[in-house]
Amino acid sequence: MSHDIRSAVLAAIARIAPEVDPATLKGDERLRQQVDIDSMDFLNMVIDLHRELGVDIPESDYGKLATVDDIVNYLNERVRSASST
Amino acid sequence: MTELRMPSLGADMEFGTLVQWRVKPGAAVKRGDVVAEVETQKGVFEIDIREDAIVSELLVAEGSRVKVGAPMAVLVPAGVRAPDERPAAAPPSVRPVMKAAPPIPVVRLDGATVPSGTPPHRPRASPLARRVAAELGIDLSAVPGTGDGGVITRSDVEQAATSAASATPPVAAMRPIEVSPKPPAATAGMREAIAAAMARSKREIPHYYLSEDVELSPAMNWLNTTNAARPVPERILPAAMLLKGVARALTRFPELNGYFVSNTFQPSAQVHLGVAITLRGGGLVAPAIHDADRLSVTELMAALADLVRRARQGGLRSSEITDPTITVTNLGEEGVRTVYGVITPPQVAIVGFGSIDERPWAEDGLIGARPVVTVSLSADHRVSDGWRGARFLRELRRLLGTPEEL
Repeated sequence: MSHDIRSAVLAAIARIAPEVDPATLKGDERLRQQVDIDSMDFLNMVIDLHRELGVDIPESDYGKLATVDDIVNYLNERVRSASST
Repeated sequence: MTELRMPSLGADMEFGTLVQWRVKPGAAVKRGDVVAEVETQKGVFEIDIREDAIVSELLVAEGSRVKVGAPMAVLVPAGVRAPDERPAAAPPSVRPVMKAAPPIPVVRLDGATVPSGTPPHRPRASPLARRVAAELGIDLSAVPGTGDGGVITRSDVEQAATSAASATPPVAAMRPIEVSPKPPAATAGMREAIAAAMARSKREIPHYYLSEDVELSPAMNWLNTTNAARPVPERILPAAMLLKGVARALTRFPELNGYFVSNTFQPSAQVHLGVAITLRGGGLVAPAIHDADRLSVTELMAALADLVRRARQGGLRSSEITDPTITVTNLGEEGVRTVYGVITPPQVAIVGFGSIDERPWAEDGLIGARPVVTVSLSADHRVSDGWRGARFLRELRRLLGTPEEL
């Protein structure tokens, strides 16, 4: 599952920033430092992940989504808590 | 009977190639309908029309190269019009608008344009390699990669640059590589268009500059509450709210919204907000959100998202390129506090937003941390005075202070 989520995250990044090769992204480095994205791109990525994975991502949680690893961990938790209820 | 003419979609455009008609003779078209696709050196654009009409005749065949201003189709305006009304279906090219916006939907490193909708071929390369390639003017698709899984590395790029510079004939798999300190052709074309418009602006327009700090607690609280109740795809970005404030304020300050043409100011009855959008790979366009003052904040957000997507992926319409009545630029994302904007002629004003950040804010004898944005106005002193500009900023501040009424 975690692997699927990571590939969904990388695919979402690739869609907003087609010039970036997701394979070269460092999981623990701030995404905005590696990829040229603005708030519209970020929102589109969140929309994309919402559609792909069916998880709601409240705006108040955006601060927890700084790196690829952060995003994957966060989504893992959301998916798990959604499926356990 | 009116003619649809080839619009000018950039200051340096002389010809456009008709890629495709989207209508047939006899078709009834409504204002805003896309009737054709035109390709220029900057990419593919959709030609939309301004008034309801019947397409009477198509004058040029698909694939033809058409000079700017040349007739492409004959239109019969719909309905009966009073003779004193302005001509129906006026083609974009006859409007008194200088087409300064230099659009490029998709530009490859080698300068070739890619038709919209076709994802550009993206060689696997490290970000550093991409940066170095861009600096050296190297086309990555022609560089063999030696990294893991064939990824192009920095040394591959440098190798390619060296071999090209030493005039070694390229190996069969490689396309010719241009090594030049100049940017690639398409980017250079856009740079030239921006240069022409901005040089004209600074040469002809006596700018005056004002700025104002706007406390955004009410606006941000309203936005947070609104967004918390909405599913992800319907959330609103602060930018949409700021744009709405500008559009509303402009309805009371016509001297900031319109065109200065032939030594005369022509105020616009509509507010077509040009939104500066940076493009991936450099450069920018400022296409219009039409009638922004009449859209709700939600509608404006949808329009903005759509415009940004089409600006970056292709599919901007001719009217969006040619008719912004003012420009708004937002550089806050990069942490800039104040923008000192340069007006795009023949417009007469540009509004700039810096970053929204927490700052110490004094009110009623108390200091607190509040979200604040610095708004700037650059305006044409031939048309308005600082006093009116100041009133405009005050009106904008008032509107942003009551976001539920926006």
